[in-house]
This record gives sequence, C-alpha cells and structure tokens, in this order.
Amino acid sequence: MSIKTSTLNLKQRMQQSLSNSFLRASIANAQDWINQKRETCYAELGHFEQWRDLAADIRSHVLDNLDYYLDQFARNAQKAGSTVHFAENAGEALRIASEIFQQKKAKKAVKSKSMVTEEIGLNEALEEMGVEIVETDLGEYLLQVDGKDKPSHIVVPALHKNRQRIREVLAEQKGYKGDDVPENMTRFVRKILREAFLSADIGITGCNFAIAETGAVALMTNEGNGRFATSIPKTHIVFMGMERVAPTFEELDILFSMLARSAVGARASVYMSLLTGPRAKTDADGPEELHIIIIDNGRSKVLSSPFKDVLRCIRCGSCMLECPAFRHVGGHGYGALYSGPLGAALVPVLGGYKAHWDITQICSLCGACNDVCPVRIPLYESILEHRRIIAEDEKLTSWIQDAAFSQYGNVIGNPAIYTAATKLTRLGNLAPRVGPLKEWAKAREIPKIPNERFRDWFAKRKGTDNDNA
Amino acid sequence: MRISFFVTCIADNVLTNVGIKSVELLEKLGCTIDFNPRQTCCGQPLVNAGYQGKAKKSMRVLIDALLEDACEYVVAPSGSCVLQVKEFPRFFKGDSLWEPKAKLLAGKTWEITDFIVNVLKITDTGAELHGRAAYHPSCHMSRLLGVREPPLQLLGNIKGLELAPFKGQDKCCGFGGAFSVEMPDLSGAMVAEKVRNIADAGVDYLIGADGACLMNIEGRIRREGLNIQVLHIVEALMKA
Repeated sequence: MSIKTSTLNLKQRMQQSLSNSFLRASIANAQDWINQKRETCYAELGHFEQWRDLAADIRSHVLDNLDYYLDQFARNAQKAGSTVHFAENAGEALRIASEIFQQKKAKKAVKSKSMVTEEIGLNEALEEMGVEIVETDLGEYLLQVDGKDKPSHIVVPALHKNRQRIREVLAEQKGYKGDDVPENMTRFVRKILREAFLSADIGITGCNFAIAETGAVALMTNEGNGRFATSIPKTHIVFMGMERVAPTFEELDILFSMLARSAVGARASVYMSLLTGPRAKTDADGPEELHIIIIDNGRSKVLSSPFKDVLRCIRCGSCMLECPAFRHVGGHGYGALYSGPLGAALVPVLGGYKAHWDITQICSLCGACNDVCPVRIPLYESILEHRRIIAEDEKLTSWIQDAAFSQYGNVIGNPAIYTAATKLTRLGNLAPRVGPLKEWAKAREIPKIPNERFRDWFAKRKGTDNDNA
Repeated sequence: MRISFFVTCIADNVLTNVGIKSVELLEKLGCTIDFNPRQTCCGQPLVNAGYQGKAKKSMRVLIDALLEDACEYVVAPSGSCVLQVKEFPRFFKGDSLWEPKAKLLAGKTWEITDFIVNVLKITDTGAELHGRAAYHPSCHMSRLLGVREPPLQLLGNIKGLELAPFKGQDKCCGFGGAFSVEMPDLSGAMVAEKVRNIADAGVDYLIGADGACLMNIEGRIRREGLNIQVLHIVEALMKA
C-alpha cells in the first residue's frame, strides 16, 4: 500500500461511503463513545489548554532541531547496540528491510500496528519475497484476514467493522464457530496469534516516540501484542517516521500522557514498552538484533513547506473522531492512508496535489479539529491554504469552477454590478433548479427569495434611492 | 452611538428580515444606524474555495464602504462574515495602502450579539417569546471568532423562552459555503443528522446567529415537513 488507497474519484468515494449506512452507524457510535471518554479523562486531568501548549511547544522544538535530535538518537541507539538505518523513501526502506530478511533467512514475521509500514507498503513487499506476515494488532489482524481490507482510522483501524461483521469474517476465514461477544472472538484470535509469535523469525513494529537522550524506542499498545513481537523473535525491526523524536523522558511523559487520552480516552495506554537496544546478556528475553529504520518518505518536503506544523502530529486520531465529515465518510472515503482533517492537511504535501487535491474538499471548515488537536496543529488553516494552492498555484480546479467563481468575484467586486444583479435575482424564485441550486435541493428546500432586498427597505425608510449608489 | 451596519450579502438578499430586525434592535437599544449601499459581500465563498486572489476586489470594496462613514463600530448579524473581515489584514499583508485599512476595519467590526453584550453592556433586550428553543452555535462564530456566551446570555433573558440542549449541539450543520453544493450528499447527511437531533429535542424554535447555517437548517426542516420555526437571534430578540 502507499498513501493513495483508492482508484475511485471523489464523487464515487462519497457515494460508496454515504450509501453504507452500516459503516456510518459504526463510526458515529465509535465517535460518540470515544469522544465522551476523551472529554471525561481530560476533564479529570484539568488544564487541557496548557497541556496542549506544552505538547505543541515540545513537538515544534523537536521539528526546529530535528537534525540535532535525530543525530543524537541515532548515536545513542547505536551505543545501546541497535543498528540504525536511514531511508530516504519507501523503496529504500523496503530494500533495507528485505536485506535483513534475506540475511536472517526469515520466512515469517509478526507485526505490531504501524502506520508508517502501511505507508511504504511493507506487507505487500514482504509477501512478494515469500515471507508470511501476520498482523497482531487485533483490528489490523481482522483487516488482514478479511482479504486485505484497509485501516479506516489510524488508531482504530477496524472502526468500520462492528462485531457482527467481525464474527462473519472470523467464521468465513478462520472457521470460528462462536458468538459475536468480543471477549470470545478475542480469545479465539489470541490463540492463533500466540502460535504466530512463537514461530516468527522477525518482529516488526512502528515507533510512537524515539528518545534522543537514550536511543530508546517507546511503543504504546493496548493489547500487549507489541511486547510479544519485540521479545520473542530473534530479530526486531523498528520502522520509524523521522519526525517521531522526543528529546528526553521528561518530554515523553507529556506526549505519552496526551497520546493515550486523545487517542482512546484512556489515562494511559495499557502497555508502554521502552526498548533500548537488543537483549543484553543479563536480560531474560528480547531480540538478538534490533534494527531501526528511520524513514523520510516525503517528511523533509513537509518540513520545508508552509505546512511544517502538521509534522507535530502524534497520530492520536482525535481530529478524525471529532470531525463531522469523517463521521459520515469514514477513513476509506478520503482515498488516502491518512484521513480526516490530518489527512486533508498532510496528504497533499506527502502524496502531491495532483493525486490528492480532492481530499481537501471533504471538509466544511468547521474548525472542530483545531479544538481537540493535542499538539495544536492549525488543521483548519492548513486545509484552507491547500485549497488556495490548488486553485491558484497548481490550477487543479475545473475551468467551469474557475469561471463561476471569477464571475462571482466580478459581481461582488463592483457595487454597481452587484446592486443590479441582486435586483435581477428578485426574479430568483423562478430560477430553474439547475447547477448549484439543484445540488442544494438534493437534501433541502431552496430558500424563498423576498421581493425586497434589505437595502431597498433601508432606502425606502430613509427616503433615498440606493440604486444610484 | 453611531454604527455602520454590515448587513452581509445573505441578509441583504435572502434573509432580509434579519437585516431589518438587526437595525430595529440596535435602534431600540439606542444606536443610530448608517448603511452604506456600496457594500457587497465579504468574499468568504471565494476564499473558502481557494480563490483568495479573486476575492480581494470585493474585500477592498467592503473595506471602503464600511470605513467611509467613519463610525466607531461596524456591526454585522453574522459571526462567519465578521470572522472573514477580521481575517482581511492577513490577505493584505505587506500592502502599504490596504493592510492598515484592513486592520482598522478588523479592529472595529463586531458580531451583533457580542456587540450588544460587550460594548453596549446589555444582556436583556426586553423580548418575550413563549416556547422551547434549540440554539445552534455556528462553528465560525463560536469556535473561530470565539463568541460563545453573548448569544446565550441574550437568549437566557427572553421572557418565556426555555433553551433546550440537544445531541450534537456544537457540531457543524454541514453548510460550509460552497461545500453545500460541491459536496451535496455529504453536506446533506450532516444537515439531516443535525435536524434529526433538533427534532428529537422537541422544540418549537431553532435559533442561531448565522444566516447561512440557518438557511441550511431551515431548508432541511422544511424538506422534512417539521413544525419548527427557524429564527435568527435578532428576530427572537425583537419578539415581544
């Protein structure tokens, strides 16, 4: 998989998403439930705005000094016995990974949830090499079992599936015979995964945060699968987006506290693993080799763009859970791996405007995302600026649209024309239901146009004729 | 107090009564109203669609029209349009002629409820309206302009009016300017959910402070044939 996840156009994707009432109900339920938990646990913590200031400052500071912290992290990780690789793009990251697999003659890998591996298309590449790769995050596992379904949310990847659908998938693909009680289905999957952990040659994880001070990789999971993937297989490969650095444990503390709350409305993630180098002689478990692949894949481009602040993102997904458009569209409708407001702000830079201009249209500019982002990314402003670039610099809007907006600009840019035109639209109730009015009328009635404009009323009242303005 | 009234294009042309009631309300509260007919539209539909450059002509027209009468305050019955005017200085950054003018206008422009409560220092307009009402806090006004309390304070003092909270109260109604016609199905799904929640609250009125959102919500209420009257807050505040 790469950033682009659909060959359908915007209209087709909207139709597909909006006609899926099952999907929409699942997302709405998940949004309401998790958002409520998030609000409760932030209320309990208190000082949400100050926490956001602090977290935003930390992330901005790291981005401003990323070269320094990456260097410090790499040196300390190597000192701790890890092998650090830098990959400029997806191809390089995959080449490095495949070399490790070949060297280890690895045939089976277990994987903990990671967005950056989705971004570079790791699973497909490894499968092509004949490696069996097992997703071990429950949600990701269900997607994999369901014939390569794709994550629809960065934290809750199977958000679009409810338990009835999950039961069906497990029954069809894995011979599950039980009911749709989540605990029972989880127990069933757990048995399969335990066997995979024990037989895997390589464990693969992402990286929530990399601690520059010590070279440690911090992993936050809620199911404990991350621990198995990093303690049983003899080799562990970490795939890390290059912006994921935290200077010291002190900053990690802040970011960790916010990530769990913003992502799932929990005070802390169930597990946090801090992995500093491979197994030491005195350790009871852990991999013999730990490789860290630090991946750019367009992030430098974002860093040097006007959208640098988007790289502050700690991948909590709260903007998606708060977004009223995401509520009806779901992750898949965005046509990109990163969806919701974050996707609309990040993907056009990461994947290019030409392929992804339309992701910025799935937004009513309500600004709700800005209010919940734990690192204060100006999502609303970023989306608005993308739209400007798309229309004015990249010229990706249609000529019909350009012409219509030019026309509108000319009318409102000239008081005499505006006054004449708005007088003419008094005949508006006769307006045929075409163009924008037709689109408007799909869901709602067209407003009645009064015979008199405000300006006519005001002029009459004052006894002047404003048409001579 | 002399006020230059910024009617907004929607209230000028479609929701005419919003413009009329705004003027009557401000006059009732002791203001004198100037209306400069050279004003057109703030250009927000263009900006939101990405056509910032094409919007500048109308911004200059509006700046000149609203500054011409040199009133101490400019007042508009729309948080969204006021937000746009407050953004003008950003669009004219570095322009030695227009940036100062844009700043001057942005500094003296007020959303009407914010103006009544925080400038006129009035929270009770002496209105009376009997029934149960849902209040929709428009996104631009409440989140981005930050005007959250004034409309609630004013509504809270309307005699006979009971304010009912409803599910998803602070969520977007799905209007979003050109979004409502560019993404009609998504926008339609959003407004349908909004109206379902309003209807579930069992209200007689839906009150808001932004004409565009009200036009959207009312269109859906009429489509569903619901017996809920949609009022702009100035209309509610002029009921007696």
